[in-house]
Amino acid sequence: MATKDLLSPLPGTFYRKPSPDAAPYKNEGDAVKKGEVIGLIEVMKSFHEVHADSDGTITAFHADNEDAVMAGQPLATISL
Amino acid sequence: MTRQVKKLFIANRGEIAVRIIRAARELGLTTVQAHSLADADSLAVRLADEAVNIGPPSAAKSYLNVDAVVAAAVASGADAVHPGYGFLAENARFADAVEAAGLVFVGPTAQQIRMMGDKVSALEAAIRAGVPTVPGSKGRVETPEAASAVVDRIGFPVMIKASAGGGGRGIRVATSREEFDRLMPQASAEALAAFGDGGLYIEKFIASSRHVEVQVLGDGHDVVHFFERECSLQRRRQKVWEEAPAAMLPADVRAKLCQSAVDLAKAVNYRGAGTIEYLYDDTTRDFYFLEMNTRIQVEHPVTEMITGFDLVREMIRVAMGQKLRMKQSDITIKGHAIECRINAEDPSKNFMPAPGLIDTLNIPGGAGVRFDSLLYQGYTVPPFYDSLLGKLIVWDEDRASAITRMARALGELEIGGVKTTRGLHRALAADPDVKAAKFDTQFLEHWLEKNSENLGE
Repeated sequence: MATKDLLSPLPGTFYRKPSPDAAPYKNEGDAVKKGEVIGLIEVMKSFHEVHADSDGTITAFHADNEDAVMAGQPLATISL
Repeated sequence: MTRQVKKLFIANRGEIAVRIIRAARELGLTTVQAHSLADADSLAVRLADEAVNIGPPSAAKSYLNVDAVVAAAVASGADAVHPGYGFLAENARFADAVEAAGLVFVGPTAQQIRMMGDKVSALEAAIRAGVPTVPGSKGRVETPEAASAVVDRIGFPVMIKASAGGGGRGIRVATSREEFDRLMPQASAEALAAFGDGGLYIEKFIASSRHVEVQVLGDGHDVVHFFERECSLQRRRQKVWEEAPAAMLPADVRAKLCQSAVDLAKAVNYRGAGTIEYLYDDTTRDFYFLEMNTRIQVEHPVTEMITGFDLVREMIRVAMGQKLRMKQSDITIKGHAIECRINAEDPSKNFMPAPGLIDTLNIPGGAGVRFDSLLYQGYTVPPFYDSLLGKLIVWDEDRASAITRMARALGELEIGGVKTTRGLHRALAADPDVKAAKFDTQFLEHWLEKNSENLGE
């Protein structure tokens, strides 16, 4: 089965939830559509959405909520 | 009571931490720089006598962590804490915790922070001191009927503001009764969610106004002012370009404005550096109290340039219990100063943040030029904090000369490796309306709609 890593577009802090008390955008095993929001990157106090770049199923997250991430770092794996 | 201070703990980061270290060193104090894991290689850490790690990169777990900061300050053997601006600078619980630990808080009392931090109690203090305020509810509106009565009295358009809001958040403008009735419940729900307090107040919306603010310094008994700044050029309510003095302010209005700021600060026995912010309507020449910031501000250097005083040194002195060293008559305006905030953002791409490695750096120099920054060549600007890289400040004999000098200094400034807002400032310094000081607080947003595509470098 083909898989694809979803890479962080920016350096910053990764959030898997829209707000601290909310449920995660996506969990492992969830289906995603291309363009769907899977998390947020906070960079210099501004928030940017991270979008899935293909349809599929999220098989793994590689960064936890509030982890510091670098641009190009894998955030999740999507099986196509 | 004078309190002995030998070692100052700096509970902040970036350019203001560097600024505080410089002032402290000139006062003969030893400095301890608090830093997160991401700031271990910062310029402030390099310059300070000592440095201490206070937590992970996330500000919530480091610079905003009251318990961690206070514990680090105590463990370092410091006898005073400077909070800078932002982070914990206007957090009354932090000021209390610092003093409870037996250290001097370089700022006002916790009670003064609380009073000015709540918009309604600040407004009430301003009214008691006779400072003009925007027509409105003069406090929280508790019921829809009370809100209706206020708008009947002051007329549309009106602003609905969250009592606990700040930095432009939680503000809505209603231009009609229908809009007002629709927005009030939304505003209350949003304020409750964002600030944990659904309290609202209502003010007349003044369509075109300038942002002027008066710098004050108090020792807990006496208060002096250092005249005003104008910060009308704002984007998303963040100041971009600041000046001192306010070019369009008539001398008689300036005198009244500055006196009103002193009246308010004196009424609360203010201690430390503070800024009283106003809206100024230059068609009617009316000014209205907005809020008081109980800390040193980003743009304080323009005031230093036109008055010749070092405000950061003076705020440390008064925190140590010393009396003000200057009388009001010692403080005069000479020339004109401008500050441009140089941010790591791409103004041609909707101000997209641009952290990264600084591979080249040329800092402008020459007469009347000052650059307060966190930069050194080879430094990697981290993505975790705000985008301010530095402040380019110039002084000259008059406003026109200062703009020419700013354009010259911006031309010398070279920051390689990251996108910056230098191009925005070069365009502003060449703009006929900016040169004529023909702007209000909406000016820059409209200007950017026309010009933002041409600002990349």
